[in-house]
Amino acid sequence: MIEVNHLTKRYGNHTAVSDLSFSIEDGQIYGLLGPNGAGKSTTMNIMTGCLAATSGEVKINGFDIFEEPNEAKKQIGYLPEQPPLYLDRTPREYLRFVGQARGISGKKLTRQIENVMAVTQITDVADRLMKNLSKGYKQRVGIAQAILGDPQVIILDEPTVGLDPRQIMEIRELIRKLGENHTVILSSHILSEVQAVCQKVMIISKGKLVASDTPENLEKLFAGRLTIAVKAEIQEEEVPEILSSMASVTRWTVQSQGNGCCRMELEIEQGIRSEDVCRELFFAFAEAKKAILEMNTGKISLEDVFMELTNLERTEESDQKNLSGQYDAGEMDSEQDPEDTSELAFDSEQSENDSGQDEKKETEGNSEKEEGEVKE
Amino acid sequence: MIAVLKNEICSYFTNMAAYVISAFLLFFAGIYTMVYNLNYAVANYEVVLSGMSFIFLVIVPILTMRVIAEERHQKTDQLLYSLPLSMGKIILGKYLAMLCIFLIPIAVICIYPIILSAFGNVSFPVAYTAILGFFLLGASLIAIGTFVSSVTESQAVAAGLCFVVMLLNYFLSSLSSFVSSSAISSVAALTICILLFSIVFYLLTKNSWVSAGIGAILEVITWIVYVADSSKLEGLFGTIMEELSLFEQFQVFVDGILDLTGVVYFLSVIVFFLFLSIQSMEKRRWSE
Repeated sequence: MIEVNHLTKRYGNHTAVSDLSFSIEDGQIYGLLGPNGAGKSTTMNIMTGCLAATSGEVKINGFDIFEEPNEAKKQIGYLPEQPPLYLDRTPREYLRFVGQARGISGKKLTRQIENVMAVTQITDVADRLMKNLSKGYKQRVGIAQAILGDPQVIILDEPTVGLDPRQIMEIRELIRKLGENHTVILSSHILSEVQAVCQKVMIISKGKLVASDTPENLEKLFAGRLTIAVKAEIQEEEVPEILSSMASVTRWTVQSQGNGCCRMELEIEQGIRSEDVCRELFFAFAEAKKAILEMNTGKISLEDVFMELTNLERTEESDQKNLSGQYDAGEMDSEQDPEDTSELAFDSEQSENDSGQDEKKETEGNSEKEEGEVKE
Repeated sequence: MIAVLKNEICSYFTNMAAYVISAFLLFFAGIYTMVYNLNYAVANYEVVLSGMSFIFLVIVPILTMRVIAEERHQKTDQLLYSLPLSMGKIILGKYLAMLCIFLIPIAVICIYPIILSAFGNVSFPVAYTAILGFFLLGASLIAIGTFVSSVTESQAVAAGLCFVVMLLNYFLSSLSSFVSSSAISSVAALTICILLFSIVFYLLTKNSWVSAGIGAILEVITWIVYVADSSKLEGLFGTIMEELSLFEQFQVFVDGILDLTGVVYFLSVIVFFLFLSIQSMEKRRWSE
């Protein structure tokens, strides 16, 4: 049980964390989510006693981290953003040092070291100098250090940053395993990661807690709202004419594509089935003799919740996406196509889309233009 | 603390520093022993130690530069902060590790007077008192070096800064003879020191009012003393400089006096600078 009450940290005039309060139940995996500079690392550093707070208190299993630091720190294993490794030592020596500093000794220590090395799969490199290890192994040694001595609470600051997709999968699997009998708190700016491993999500923005719930509940919060992305051969100024006559469309944005086409994003009223709106749209455009080239329906995802809560500007570029499709924020815009969504994280959502009900894609004539727009 | 101590000693042996220091110290001890004792046929081992005390200008920076600066540079200090150890224990562990490394060549040097006694009449008490003084001098310089290392993030800067501090300390007693001994010049020198102290205090605390206040109070006290009894201030600054010189304190041991004031003086320097190092680490927790 961790309690954080009214935590504030100021650096000069800059407030990194402001009046943050939350409590963490035992035996669950928590995700601390937020854009860069939101105060995730600062919060974690304060919780682990690496940093002093300007005001507020942190209690780990009843021990105040500022009043009884040694007792509180015994409950915690911490992996900072950069694994704190002595590069001219081997993992085994390093773990021995950490274990002794945590007050474990003798045979028990040797057994525990073997144990954590097996769990984190670093036994093969146990006697190599750490400066010669790859980033993934260094990260694992860092995690091994954090779980050594079997602390109740494991705090991991961006545990998968800089790893390749395979390593990310492995580390996530490891975290899931750890979550079975530890309280794990991990921070990330990667949504899919949090969604994939965490049972509870806390979204932090500008040092404030903006939401805290299960991923499903957060999605549900906004789930009533559906969006439809439409691409049609139409001039920008003609759009309001058609859309304003439709009662079910509550909001829309139009963006001209330049070649006589427009992309529109429509938000539709709650409780109306998307098929009905799609049908209505189809006939409305047909009546006006405007061809619909593409039509996609989308559900508001955790990403949109995140974007909305953290108030970030949406980016239109899809090429920001990285290899494993982790951070496709802004992707929910018009260009989204279901295969592209992160295979790691959005399985549930994808299967819904695949069931076909929600999905309607219409292409009418104009094949040359269509070809020009073929998805990547 | 034991864990930190063990870990530090191991890393001194993996990164050469321990070997370099031992080799360097023993090499010069060998040369000086040869020149003084064998060549000039002097039976006093203490003159060797007195002659080679400049060696600290080199070995202390090498020994202390990485102790905390590197920790910061590699961000491993975060591990130290998150371990259930108090900062005092960590600094003490690190300091004792350095002392252990330093004790290795000292232990070898302890054999020299015994060897020399085979060729002449060596006064063991004087020789070993001097070795004790040599060790205490080294120990307090290492404490100063630890503090210097804790204020910076770069090993090179720590080494440079440490060297300058050692050099200044080394020449302090020679410089003190150039200082004018009139009362008013003492006041002037003290004023400069107070000003410097206030600036350093301000840089450490970023609290302009407190540092200005402390500076003003010290300055007023100086003037009150000057007005009340200016003879007290005559030659004061030179004396202060001489007293501050650790190397000058060591000379007392070389003269064969097991000076208790000297021992206490060295020990308080050690405690003072280790305390400052702890504070410097704790402060970083606040303003990182």
